[in-house]
Amino acid sequence: MSLSTKNILGAKDLNKQDIQQILDTAESFKEISTRSIKKVPTLRGKTIINLFFEPSTRTRTSFEIAGKRLSADVINISGSTSSTAKGENLIDTARNLEAMNPDILVVRHNCSGASALLTQFIKCPIINAGDGAHEHPSQALLDLLTIRSHKGDLQGLKVAIVGDIRHSRVARSNIKAMQTMGMQVRVVGPPPLIPVELERLGVEVSSDLSKSIKDVDVIMVLRIQHERQNQMFLSSLREYSNYFCLTAEILAQARKDVLIVHPGPVNRGIEISLDVMEGPHSLILNQVTNGVAIRMALFYLLLGENNANPN
Amino acid sequence: MKSTLLNSKDISRAVNRISHEILERNQGAESIALVGIRTRGVAFSLRLKEKIAEIEGVSVDHGVLDITLYRDDLAAGIQKPELKRTDISFTLEGKHIVLCDDVLFTGRTIRAAIDALMDFGRPASVQLAVLIDRGHRELPIRPDYVGKNIPTDRSKRVQVLLNEEDGEDKVFIQEPDNG
Repeated sequence: MSLSTKNILGAKDLNKQDIQQILDTAESFKEISTRSIKKVPTLRGKTIINLFFEPSTRTRTSFEIAGKRLSADVINISGSTSSTAKGENLIDTARNLEAMNPDILVVRHNCSGASALLTQFIKCPIINAGDGAHEHPSQALLDLLTIRSHKGDLQGLKVAIVGDIRHSRVARSNIKAMQTMGMQVRVVGPPPLIPVELERLGVEVSSDLSKSIKDVDVIMVLRIQHERQNQMFLSSLREYSNYFCLTAEILAQARKDVLIVHPGPVNRGIEISLDVMEGPHSLILNQVTNGVAIRMALFYLLLGENNANPN
Repeated sequence: MKSTLLNSKDISRAVNRISHEILERNQGAESIALVGIRTRGVAFSLRLKEKIAEIEGVSVDHGVLDITLYRDDLAAGIQKPELKRTDISFTLEGKHIVLCDDVLFTGRTIRAAIDALMDFGRPASVQLAVLIDRGHRELPIRPDYVGKNIPTDRSKRVQVLLNEEDGEDKVFIQEPDNG
């Protein structure tokens, strides 16, 4: 049993069997986080470096906890405190880190393709923890795990992804992974925030929130990314909120068993109302818990095979 | 080439005897718990549990261990075995734990199982029940309850089939393919 890929760069590289294997493995790993001693010796002596050039609470902590629960040594490097602040470029930074023999590099960068670029220079496996507006595969996997553990099977489920699709790597990874698993994806948002090529991927596009959530099994709400709105795609957050905030009133038109997921961080009251966020349909904290299991599964499946650093 | 060592009746007699031995040694079923090692140790442990309930009228605690994460050969470039769930939902403190596995060979699986068990708590003692002891230990580990001792050639494979997993009860020696 092993994955078809040596690196986890994007959902586009994972076939159905890979995703199933990752979800099944993660399912078994969930139990470890509920023990009083939350640690197994599996990756003892392995080194994992988290190289983060963008702010992150959830993802970075989740990768770090996942590594530590498997007994790996985890080192965190953030862009602002690394030598990139002195002018060193990404490739040189990564090559220098590799010279210290890590077994896995986890990379987050604001440029699309940063992780893929590094695979040309680095021998150890690389996990993309978010590259620009491109992909964030471990997030899509934890979303699928969360949905699967509530619905049992992914095949045939209908999902509406709501919000800023244009800037969302979470949306891109989820669209690919969900389609691979046989799910039907619809995206909902203001037209300037929906990329034009999306319909070619077989994704339904809508700009009417209440209509488009009526028949879905899952609503995925995305964060409005203030930090990427420099090109004025929206006239104002309040206007966005008037049309696209998921409120109890709108949710009343959805199915009774609809699930709500959100990758975090949440802008309370802008893309989702407080009562919905904390209501019975919301799985937001559940996703965070599942994130640790998914990242444990990725480390476990990537390491210990022939991919481990030969040195 | 295959040669059958135990049939369904032999296995059932062994389970019967081991159940009595466990009860005798622990003076009843009060403080014992059975833990099966995946995959066939689980079926074996459930048969012991059933038999103990029959003899003593007590339903003892039961758990399941997947020792994959505690193996010492994970990094050796082998294919990853499929990871299944561990389930120990009772407290180990004060309990006499009987670890159950189908075949005892090098002892490495049992070492991993003891390590895994200790991460869940501090049992009063750990005992070991196996259906087959085929020798060739690589670690200082010995069983407390044995269904049958079968001296074997190291290169051969002892295969245990249990109804719950394989649809039939049988123990046989598998000669190496290239033999």
